[in-house]
Amino acid sequence: MSAIVAARRAQPLTPPAPSASEDSRPVRLALTGAALVFLGLFLFVPLLAVFAEALSKGGEAWVAAVSEPEARAALWLTLKVAALSVPLVTVFGVAAAWLIARFDFRGRRLLLALIDLPFAVSPVIAGLVFVLLFGRQGLFGPALAEHGVKVIFAVPGIVLATLFVTLPFVARELIPLLESEGRDEEEAARTLGASGLQMFWRVTLPNIRFGLLYGVILANARAMGEFGAVSVVSGHIRGLTNTLPLHVEILYNEYRFQAAFAVASLLAFLAIGTLVAKALLERRIGGSR
Amino acid sequence: MSIEVRDIRKRFGSHQALDGVSLKVETGSLVALLGPSGSGKTSLLRIIAGLERPDAGQVLFAGEDATRQDARLRRVGFVFQHYALFRHMTVFENVAFGLRVRGRATRPTEGDLRGRVRELLELVQLGWMADRYPSQLSGGQRQRVALARALAVEPRVLLLDEPFGALDARVRRQLRAWLRGLHDKIGLTSVFVTHDQEEALSLAHRVAVLNDGRVEQEGTPEDIACRPATAFVAEFLRPEAVTISA
Repeated sequence: MSAIVAARRAQPLTPPAPSASEDSRPVRLALTGAALVFLGLFLFVPLLAVFAEALSKGGEAWVAAVSEPEARAALWLTLKVAALSVPLVTVFGVAAAWLIARFDFRGRRLLLALIDLPFAVSPVIAGLVFVLLFGRQGLFGPALAEHGVKVIFAVPGIVLATLFVTLPFVARELIPLLESEGRDEEEAARTLGASGLQMFWRVTLPNIRFGLLYGVILANARAMGEFGAVSVVSGHIRGLTNTLPLHVEILYNEYRFQAAFAVASLLAFLAIGTLVAKALLERRIGGSR
Repeated sequence: MSIEVRDIRKRFGSHQALDGVSLKVETGSLVALLGPSGSGKTSLLRIIAGLERPDAGQVLFAGEDATRQDARLRRVGFVFQHYALFRHMTVFENVAFGLRVRGRATRPTEGDLRGRVRELLELVQLGWMADRYPSQLSGGQRQRVALARALAVEPRVLLLDEPFGALDARVRRQLRAWLRGLHDKIGLTSVFVTHDQEEALSLAHRVAVLNDGRVEQEGTPEDIACRPATAFVAEFLRPEAVTISA
């Protein structure tokens, strides 16, 4: 059932069967219109405004703004943080979801609650927790300083904060999927002689691939766009610990609006690029269902 | 290969699913586990397959203790109630699965594998369906694919959970006759679970009637039908009275 949902989500929505009566036509038009107006006002216009402002001083100014060393460093750092944290939360998410959906064990509910924690806690608090743990005055601060390891106001802290805020996405996406699919196919694979690993790669993973992809996309979007938690641990050191969202803020606070929007348009491009990658991947792994 | 279970006990939470079940299945025979839902028949089948661990008791294959053996090593063919076909694989790949996951030493070559899968698909009369996906098949066809997939690994015993439960009456009768024919042909020791007494009595060599996690009676269909050992068996086998309320 939820495989169907996932597949639906993955594909352009198929139009629903024609409704019984023509009377519903005005209602349908009104609803469609309302949805489009809403999407236009709250999604399309703001996006357009970002690009309009970014290009308000011409293409050269845009190129200048995004190619200055600090902007390039911020872009690079953002990509690096996403590349480090997304694979980790993906592995964790798949393992945790499988554990929770397939086994009944002591602490199962606790694990579920912990996975939800980052959704419930403000990202700023998450950042502060890491400062309290790993900062100079923090719990592990002295020990870390002794070994010359810098976590807070450095890249490791940013990765930690990003891991924290992106933790739930993959697991939360997969748990209901795995639960609704049941374990029949996995058990069939076992009786046919498959090892645990073979079962996972050949049966479990193909069945959850669309849900997994969706969870990874969400986690990636959040990893690249996270502001609050990263802001607390980063220290805003230009060229070193500034991610793209933080760089946008700095530029904006310095009244360099056009440059701020130019860098923001980079973030928008990253988002669009992610969506395109998702569409391409879906086509590749689509096959039949 | 013969199967024996000795004094099997299994509890799920507060429910005693199996309460000391002992049973012998002779080599080459076709045995039905008959009982109402909740009688423990499916649990017993799953324990024989190794998909469930009994709390106590033993499972013996050909006289050897297999109680602790992992499901993947038991070489049992298991046909699930809802077939559990791999949705993302073609019929061909479903049947080939058990051969593809073998270790390098025992895995057949691609050519041998193709031949073997074709052979099995012919056996279940679905050779022309090899490239279809499970969602494109009817219930009866899925059932046969599930059977071919289970047979591909050359199992020592065949276990079927409500093999005809999800099919309509006509297909059910056809498949039943066909399965009996298949069993007579390949002579594989088989156990199937059913709640339908007619199915059990007409298909099986021997029938075990289960109720509340215990075996009420075990014997030939004739024994069960003509000489019910307990009140429960007599009651369970009585043809359902058709009542039409005005």
